[in-house]
Amino acid sequence: MHFEFEIEAGDFSKLGFASSQLKTILKQLLGDHKVIRRVVVALYESEVNVVAHAYSGKVIIDINTEKIEIEIDDKGPGIEDIQLAMEEGYSTASEKVREMGFGAGMGLANIKNNSDEFYISSEVGVGTNLKIIAYLK
Amino acid sequence: MDQKAFHHALKIQKDHCIGCSHCMNICPTEAIRVRNGKAELFENRCIDCGECFRVCPVGAIIIEQDDFNKIFQYKYRVAILSAVLIGQFPEDVKTSQVYNSLMDLGFTDIYEAEHGVDVLKESLQEYALKNENKKPLISSFCPAVIRLIQVRFPALVDNIVLKHPPLDIAAIYYKQKLIDQGVDESDIGIFYITPCAAKIAAVKSPVSEDKSPITGVINMDFIFNKAYTSIKRGDYNSCTECKRERLSPEATVWSLTNGEADNMNGRCLAIDGVHNVMEFLEKVENEEVKDVDFLELRACDESCAGGVLTTTNRFLTVERLKKRAEYFKETEYSYENEPKSILRYSEYLEDCMVINKIKPRSMMKLDINMAEAMKKMRRVKEIMKCLPDVDCGACGAPNCQALAEDIVQEQAVINHCIFIQKIFEKKGIIDWEQSHEIMKNIWGEEKLNRKC
Repeated sequence: MHFEFEIEAGDFSKLGFASSQLKTILKQLLGDHKVIRRVVVALYESEVNVVAHAYSGKVIIDINTEKIEIEIDDKGPGIEDIQLAMEEGYSTASEKVREMGFGAGMGLANIKNNSDEFYISSEVGVGTNLKIIAYLK
Repeated sequence: MDQKAFHHALKIQKDHCIGCSHCMNICPTEAIRVRNGKAELFENRCIDCGECFRVCPVGAIIIEQDDFNKIFQYKYRVAILSAVLIGQFPEDVKTSQVYNSLMDLGFTDIYEAEHGVDVLKESLQEYALKNENKKPLISSFCPAVIRLIQVRFPALVDNIVLKHPPLDIAAIYYKQKLIDQGVDESDIGIFYITPCAAKIAAVKSPVSEDKSPITGVINMDFIFNKAYTSIKRGDYNSCTECKRERLSPEATVWSLTNGEADNMNGRCLAIDGVHNVMEFLEKVENEEVKDVDFLELRACDESCAGGVLTTTNRFLTVERLKKRAEYFKETEYSYENEPKSILRYSEYLEDCMVINKIKPRSMMKLDINMAEAMKKMRRVKEIMKCLPDVDCGACGAPNCQALAEDIVQEQAVINHCIFIQKIFEKKGIIDWEQSHEIMKNIWGEEKLNRKC
């Protein structure tokens, strides 16, 4: 099954919309499957990144009986040093974002930890693309 | 989905129900539909929160209690009270008057449930230290919240503290105390005077145990009415002090909002009201809320003071109980200078306090087979394109999404929607008589035959 959601950058009040939608969908399909929590957390963290850093973003979800695939594609500043950004505690978040309780620098590492496969590509000045795959078995 | 039926204390009396759909619209788990002019309950979705009971304008929803005379089957008739009962009475009523009136109703022993707090408190702290990986820990105090988590937030069942609430601990203690005094177990009846429906359900079908330590449950409003009538009549104007143990100040307000959170270490939050609790659990599930150690979640606004079986305004109850706690804090413990009797059983109770793992029973799944569930979800999406997104409830379901799901589960058909009926009438698929018949099947004959 295929789903798409837009993420509005810069608006924290709508943060979590896509992950909540995904959660409802997965509860209807999988009940109390352990995978739900992992992918929902991964998507939520990705949403935080888009809202805090990018100009606009989109979530594309594909679900079949074997796996859940989530792509988060944003137009934004991109990431200069992906390896550095993946380190826990590294953050480029602004003071304003940190004041709201975000930007602790755990995001990307947390996303990776909650997925079975994780791919990231980014171009400075263009945007970032994440792919998260979680297997059901 | 298809798990064994659960006992519900809430019952819809079909004879009294007028099919007004207030309950259907307020139910936090969308467990109610209207059929043939009456509210119907999806039993496996109901969490016994009692919201429906609150809004029913004709008192058609009742909370089934045990027959009061059942207490007389026992030689030792122990009333376990929630401190909230004492908070129901105006300030000029003395606790001894309440106790005496309860004894005259037929109880032989009275014990406040919150005494259990004295042994639970320490044990909770230890549990929190040992279960760092399960944070935020969620209190097991409110049975409606436990059931809500089981059916709606199954990923969080492991966060629930696996300890009996104070009520059960008090009941286990009191029973054991009597047994140790040489009383035969079969002679002991432990009766809880409950402020809510969820506690009844928890006694009748415990979440993870085979049997509750409580024999029966009596509704608080019933007891309050009886007791207050006799007190008002002046029956206890000059009554003797009852021998009783005092609650600790913390225990006195334990069942109020922040009662637990104020006594736990670390970052603790207290949230009351079932819709607030749901909103917050959504965030916990997404791990949006981090670094919280303990969550006190209560289904009723103002916690047990706002229980559906209370009589007095919840804010006044809170005020009274807080004053009572303050008084206990300021005045010396004036009875015997011995430690509280429940503490002598600490070791014994520590072992009894543990409850079994709580299992999720997700009710949201569209089908046990995932491929089948996906097919149904696609159909729901298709149906949603036809439905008006008005959530008017005229179909007998709380909203368009619920109707669409009912349709794929073969619990409803698309022309239950009044907008679809209009479209079908225009297209000539059904005529006005058929449309009238459909509405009659949902809302009952009477509503569709009124003289206008």
